[in-house]
Amino acid sequence: MSKTSLSQSRGNNLPKPKINWGRLEEAEKFAEMVKLFRRGKINRDDFRRFRLQHGAYGSRMTDDYSMVRVKVPAGEIFPEQLERLAQLSEAFSIGSAHVSTRQNFQLHWIALEDVSEVMRGLAEVGLTSREACGNSVRNVMCSPLAGTCPQEVFDPTPYALATAKFLLRNPMNQALPRKFKLNFTCCEKHGMARIADIGLIPQRIDADGKTYAGFKIFLGGGLGAQSFVGYQLEEFTPEDDLLYTIIGVLRVYDRMGNRENMARNRMRYLVNELGWEKFQNIVLKERAVVRTTQSVMIKLELDKIPEVLGKISISSDTPSKPEGFSRWEKSNVIKQKQNGYNSVFLTLESGDVTANQLRIIAEIAKEFSAEGRARTGFLQDIVFRWVKDEDLPKLYSRLLEVGLANAGALTMASVIGCSGTTSCNLALTNSHRIAKEIQRKFLELKLDNDDDLRDATIKISGCPNSCGQHEIATIGFYGGGGRMGKDMYPLYIMSLGGRADEQAMLGLTCTKVPAKRVISTILKIIEIFKSEKKNGETLDSWIHRVIDGNGGPTVKSLNDIKEILKPVVVAPTIEQDKDFYVDYGNDGNYHARTGRGECAA
Amino acid sequence: MRCLNKEKIMRPTIDADTLRSEIRDKSVRVLDIRKEEDYKQNHISSAVNLPLANLLADDSPEKVLQFVQSVGIDDETPVIVYDDTFGALASRVAWTLQYIGHEDVSLLDITFGTWKKMGLETSTEKLSFDKKNHSLKLRPEILATVDYLGPAKEKGAILVDNRERLNFLENHIPGAINIPYRMLASTDNILRPKEELKRLIQNRNISPDTEVITYCGSVGTLSGLGYYALKSIGMENVKLYVRSFKEWKALEKPIERQNDANYWDLSAE
Repeated sequence: MSKTSLSQSRGNNLPKPKINWGRLEEAEKFAEMVKLFRRGKINRDDFRRFRLQHGAYGSRMTDDYSMVRVKVPAGEIFPEQLERLAQLSEAFSIGSAHVSTRQNFQLHWIALEDVSEVMRGLAEVGLTSREACGNSVRNVMCSPLAGTCPQEVFDPTPYALATAKFLLRNPMNQALPRKFKLNFTCCEKHGMARIADIGLIPQRIDADGKTYAGFKIFLGGGLGAQSFVGYQLEEFTPEDDLLYTIIGVLRVYDRMGNRENMARNRMRYLVNELGWEKFQNIVLKERAVVRTTQSVMIKLELDKIPEVLGKISISSDTPSKPEGFSRWEKSNVIKQKQNGYNSVFLTLESGDVTANQLRIIAEIAKEFSAEGRARTGFLQDIVFRWVKDEDLPKLYSRLLEVGLANAGALTMASVIGCSGTTSCNLALTNSHRIAKEIQRKFLELKLDNDDDLRDATIKISGCPNSCGQHEIATIGFYGGGGRMGKDMYPLYIMSLGGRADEQAMLGLTCTKVPAKRVISTILKIIEIFKSEKKNGETLDSWIHRVIDGNGGPTVKSLNDIKEILKPVVVAPTIEQDKDFYVDYGNDGNYHARTGRGECAA
Repeated sequence: MRCLNKEKIMRPTIDADTLRSEIRDKSVRVLDIRKEEDYKQNHISSAVNLPLANLLADDSPEKVLQFVQSVGIDDETPVIVYDDTFGALASRVAWTLQYIGHEDVSLLDITFGTWKKMGLETSTEKLSFDKKNHSLKLRPEILATVDYLGPAKEKGAILVDNRERLNFLENHIPGAINIPYRMLASTDNILRPKEELKRLIQNRNISPDTEVITYCGSVGTLSGLGYYALKSIGMENVKLYVRSFKEWKALEKPIERQNDANYWDLSAE
């Protein structure tokens, strides 16, 4: 039985957020703290910790501006919230917002003095930035396909929301050794369960003639300067144990995690240092303690009341299909398990979206999605679910009007780029812009239409810390600086073969690629693949064949790829090619500059 | 009479209902500062047209005085100004009138577009008024010139740049703070409610008696709105650097910027 049921009409009763994540008094407190800080009454480090706990990051080379990270638990975002984000980005930010890889919205370059106003505006529509940064439990993620995915066992959304609600502002996790991430996914294929501190996949088992719902739980995964794939805690974790397990893991981490060395204090390092079996034992024991010593029964407040779907009928005429529709439909639309409905993915550039586009997205969610809301995805994207088959052409036309109808959302053309030197203190390169450049090139060459490339991904980070998730990309890049004599140029270290699904593995380093050769390098790899591929083989599967040592005829190892790429990645002198020494988005010569990291408080 | 005028200066903006009743009383002169062709199509009843471009072509006090007199404004006539550009162009005109010594000038707190959306009265009629006499009493205390900025800053004045955030990050007058014009408006009105504007200023640790000088990119429109935003919350000592950043750059004065960051690439425009 589906958790959704159809009703005749939604009328004017648009769905409103059921959970209010915001607190107005936190905005007021923040304003007071900024004033005290500016008057020198609070020291910089204390203020910084406070600021991060409330979701405001410092900006590149300055603390006078903040990036406010807006949590969107399970990615569920409502029209009035989208409209408010549009308003806030126009008033206080740069007129654009940014969708992150963890389903957050980010507003950049906000004056520190205005952060409290942004928080106020968020709280008024039920949103918060609380614990979006700092040493806390970050946004609880949930697959944007949850509830609609043909492969899922059940919809994890109520569990993700209840978990987020339980953990937000919970005294238990206000001062963890470091940040902590939970990801719920719908199925093995669509998630990131293995690269989170706690990753969860719905599961059902039959025993004693009964069926039990629960989860596969993975612990200790994560991407960063050193990345790990998570371990499965046990074969099956029944849903009644879900909260105890989460509390148990958090308590173990809080007690045993490294608080000394900032570079090694994520939970994955603890798992690595103790060894999985020892860690697993400690967690299981802790869970037993939690289960028996809770003074009151604690349970997740699961809200499984069926969502009322609106009857949406845009037009009764048979719609004509606008030009470009088929290409877009092929790469941006997934059929839902519910007959006649679709999930529609928007192709954004590096997750950036203008205030005006946000307003249109809010309108489209109202008009076209039977659930009357949108979801943020895992790929710096936005998803409309519950769109009827017959409404797709009309929806596409609407998107065309506002420049959101680019194809390629679910293909290799949809490139991930972290914020890089556009706002981050640690970035060495403009990963944000290069991701846009690659995407434009792919769309221009219509590579989104190439089935051989469909399951491959490109992800880019501006430094070795994997905010751009380069290590789970088929072709991943992280930024660095190269040198030719006394001249520096921006470059990327390229890895191949990363993935986050059942065969999760981290990409293997292949070669260094100068920033201005990244596009030609990717195109060259595609060219090599085309000449090497076997019948029916995709780029992703070919790369894995090479990594597994079964390559051929010409390319037998990653090293062979590196050799073939040598002429492409060679650095010219500054006299030969001045542009080579300039990063994307700059007009002066490249020099590597970084400030202090803000991730850890 | 003097006292009454003083009170009227305390109303930098007025709302639609007040304007409608004052139009009925024929007690005000309404200035529509949109382009002539827009004005001809329709405008608020009894409004006269003063396209901003005409004013900017020569905004010498003598010329402005000439215009003011030609549309029947004397020293005592209350003037209401409106535009369809979120109040910025109207602000520039209102400020100019104040500068030549007209004391009773207000901004309509909504744009013409909103006025129409609310279904309020418009007209296509072009009225003419008998010429009146208006005195010329320049008010240098609301004007900042380029030479004034340096010494004022040294005495603690705050320089406010009303351009958008990305423009400000790219270049601004050294020491200026940024209050983008978009921050000043609410959804329906050209300016936020007073308590909200007050909060924005208080959050910046700016006290009501601080001298503030607003500027923007070229001719003092966005910063004109900034000027009235500050006046609307009762700040006494506000000046407009009317030649703004355009002049500052042309004079090759020092410029400050946010270095080593590619913020433009975050924009989805």
